[in-house]
Amino acid sequence: MLDRAVADTTAKNTKNEPTRRVHFRGAGFVPASSRYGGWIGLGLVIAIWQAAGSAGLVNALFLPTPSAIVRAIYQLAVSGALWQHVSASLLRICVGWLLGTAAGVAVGFAIGLSRLARSVGITFISALFPIPKIALLPLLILWLGIGEEPKIATIALGVFFSTAISVYSGVDAVPRNLIRMAQSFNVPFATIVRKVIWPGALPAILAGFRITASVALLLVVSAEMIGAQYGIGAFVLQAGNLMQTDQLLAGVVILSVFGLAVGKVIGWLEMRLLHWR
Amino acid sequence: MDLIASHITHRFGDLAVLDDVSFTVGAGEVVAIVGPSGCGKSTLLQILGGLLQPSSGAPELRGAPPADSLNPLTFVFQDFALLPWATVEENVEFPLLHTQLSAAQRRALVEDALRRTGLTDFRQTYPKQLSGGMRQRVGISRALAVRPAILLMDEPLSALDSQTRELLMEDFIRLLADGGMGAVYVTHNLEEAARLADRIVVLSRRPGRIREVVTVPMARAARGDAAAREKLLALQNQIWSLIRNEAIDAEREVQHA
Repeated sequence: MLDRAVADTTAKNTKNEPTRRVHFRGAGFVPASSRYGGWIGLGLVIAIWQAAGSAGLVNALFLPTPSAIVRAIYQLAVSGALWQHVSASLLRICVGWLLGTAAGVAVGFAIGLSRLARSVGITFISALFPIPKIALLPLLILWLGIGEEPKIATIALGVFFSTAISVYSGVDAVPRNLIRMAQSFNVPFATIVRKVIWPGALPAILAGFRITASVALLLVVSAEMIGAQYGIGAFVLQAGNLMQTDQLLAGVVILSVFGLAVGKVIGWLEMRLLHWR
Repeated sequence: MDLIASHITHRFGDLAVLDDVSFTVGAGEVVAIVGPSGCGKSTLLQILGGLLQPSSGAPELRGAPPADSLNPLTFVFQDFALLPWATVEENVEFPLLHTQLSAAQRRALVEDALRRTGLTDFRQTYPKQLSGGMRQRVGISRALAVRPAILLMDEPLSALDSQTRELLMEDFIRLLADGGMGAVYVTHNLEEAARLADRIVVLSRRPGRIREVVTVPMARAARGDAAAREKLLALQNQIWSLIRNEAIDAEREVQHA
């Protein structure tokens, strides 16, 4: 082996051919986001938007400048209307999301763990999930009256189906070997659910929460546009009807802040609960 | 406590996997099960441990388990089966959580199991932070914590590199040295079987039937020296000659499937 190594070296030295490096071909396909890149990009877009508006390149009626939107938000806050609309939407989102999530988690676990619930539940979910839930709002108004209930029920329905699907998919994805391991130690069913299936399904459940939070936001705006006096959806619709585009976009910005805040909360939950990944 | 495989036959649908397999694992005895790929070794172990219902026949126990045993038949899994969200300590404690033991008693058992497997310094570590060998140590530690009468080991070293296999084999020999704990050791590695087992059950290709039961003619402690290794090699060759042709047929069958 040593002789061969010496021979190879000798061969290299005695040949006068030039050497060339092997090209590195392993770059790319590892997208790492920089910490401030997103914010810098967003700031840049806002700056260009502001500059275009201030220079009169864009008609303020069609696209008000960011500063006009901020002013509109400030005026809303000062007048107290902002809190009135935000609190109405928040209440509907929170109650609807909690109800839909609680029912979805219970049904999702039942489908994931019980043969009977699976055979019945999956058929129902497959049939009802594709229906746009906002289409049911008139029916829900007929059933539940004109108050908060139909709006909350619409949100709860939308959240319920996505939650149930993500929960039973999460339960299905728990490695079977872990369940077999627990059974081999005579661990009772309830402990297996609590200590193996719940933490095993949690990544999928939290991923589902991200989706259902967006669904709740979408549905609250839609429901408020159809039948509400207060709420961000009602406010946006009203501003649109009056051609108050700065107020309309103020409502859109508030919705975006909602979405960002929910994303941050779920991100924090994932960091706390899934630190082992 | 003896573990008895009593006329075990198993089918997966139309596929016959095991055919009338009977043998007994005596108290403190180590029995290895070897055979060609797909002959039903792991299936047999799952049936023996009560994780799979056989088509006919049954696994049976004779005699009382040791008084302090919390789980007389305890598995050590090939893929370790550790809870990734739990630390080493929590994984070892997991099978004790539903028992009547107090927190202090549980802590003592976990402490003892961690010490016996050299994991004391890794108690707060998560499985993903450990090497394959260390993960299997956690699996062994968890098994020891429940004071088993018989360990059911399903190719526990097959997912590990050769150096780690060697180290863990030494651990197994040490743990089984006093004869207080028996084992059923499923493996495709004849060297492991010869080094560890008191008897080796050789299965035929599918459907697995017992072709022969080979007794290893020397004490486990005496298998380290050169002369003993030569004898063990002869024994491995003898077993290999029993299963070689069937192993080739089984391999071809897998390739054609």
